[in-house]
Amino acid sequence: MTQGQVQQRINLRTQGLACGRGDTPLATDLSLSVPAGSALLLRGPNGVGKSTLLLTLAGLLHPLSGSIVFEGADPEAGPFIHHCGHRNAVRSRLTVLQTLKFWADINGPGDLSLATALDRVGLGRTADLDAAYLSAGQERRLVLARLLVSPRPVWLLDEPGAALDAAGRDLLATLLADHIERGGLAVIATHDDIALPQTATLTLGDRA
Amino acid sequence: MSGFLGVLRRELRLSFAGGGEVLTLVLFFIIVGAIVPFAIGPDRALLASIAPGIIWIAAFLAMLLGLDRLFRPDREDGTLVLYRLADMSMASVVAAKVIAHWLTTALPLIIASPFLAMILAMDGPTFARTVVSLLLGTPALAAFGAFGAAITVAIRRGGLLAPILIAPLCVPVLIFGVGAIAPLGGPDQASSAMLFLAALSLMALALSPFAAALAIDWGEE
Repeated sequence: MTQGQVQQRINLRTQGLACGRGDTPLATDLSLSVPAGSALLLRGPNGVGKSTLLLTLAGLLHPLSGSIVFEGADPEAGPFIHHCGHRNAVRSRLTVLQTLKFWADINGPGDLSLATALDRVGLGRTADLDAAYLSAGQERRLVLARLLVSPRPVWLLDEPGAALDAAGRDLLATLLADHIERGGLAVIATHDDIALPQTATLTLGDRA
Repeated sequence: MSGFLGVLRRELRLSFAGGGEVLTLVLFFIIVGAIVPFAIGPDRALLASIAPGIIWIAAFLAMLLGLDRLFRPDREDGTLVLYRLADMSMASVVAAKVIAHWLTTALPLIIASPFLAMILAMDGPTFARTVVSLLLGTPALAAFGAFGAAITVAIRRGGLLAPILIAPLCVPVLIFGVGAIAPLGGPDQASSAMLFLAALSLMALALSPFAAALAIDWGEE
């Protein structure tokens, strides 16, 4: 792995967290504790609030109640969260490389070159292709490259395995394992089995 | 700073790569201006006297037309979420977008304005003043437009709402813009109108990125 730089070690802790859309609560009374260097898999049926929980953790939605604390986050160091939702933010008329360059520009580039990141996710040969021509799985791979070019200690991934082929899922598991090994933290909403070290599982919606 | 340039580069690429959008706005601008002589008749003196107003109205309408693509596509494809987690403030994202919006809508209109000047029988000095007043005034239209687009971005099908919201804000720009071209009481008033126009643009450019950033952050929740 070329990405040798020291990351902040961040622990995620929530206390009595309730999240939802508007005034409708979806997941309530969540007290999570995810230490640096580990992952949390979110499971549960469709519509149970996995995506909403990830958006709330990312600070994109206000929690209905409770608190979210990222211990060890340096406020001077800029944003420390990557959030990957259902929408890939891939636009036609930009090439794959231009798209990745734009993401690196706005998120702050790391020390991994763009071409290396594309090679790593298996898109090296499509660098100059219009991003609109990518297949759904290739778009997801491009999103994974976004995580690589701007190192951040917290990854919040919403069904990252969707549309990926078997090799893509292996790649995802490898990237996650690397991330965790370097002291990163990941919360992943998924319906797949991802074999990862240091993983806890939270199943939403089975307490009703 | 690299983020600011990154947003600017992306916006310019998206506008010019397809090519069609910029050309459409320019054609719209010319057609609005070209229709007027048909509507009011071929009286050259009358046309020349109302030409500054027509050019300003055409520019105003053409710029309103481009508003909806300022933030809405970004919201729909998820880029807006990325911006909120990006290592740059939303205000600088908006500032980059305002600059790109001006470069891709206002500047092509100004470059195309000689066509309208010809159709509307403007004389040379008036046309020169028109170009200066458009250069000074359109940044304010771009800034107000970004503000309106930011307020309405969270509303589904809010595309037509932004022009209605910002039209009152743009009235002073039109008043001073036309006043700077066609002085009613002597050249002195024209130059002070020009100064007012510049002041409006500076103020709008300085304030709108922050107002629009606030509107986007609130609208997303």
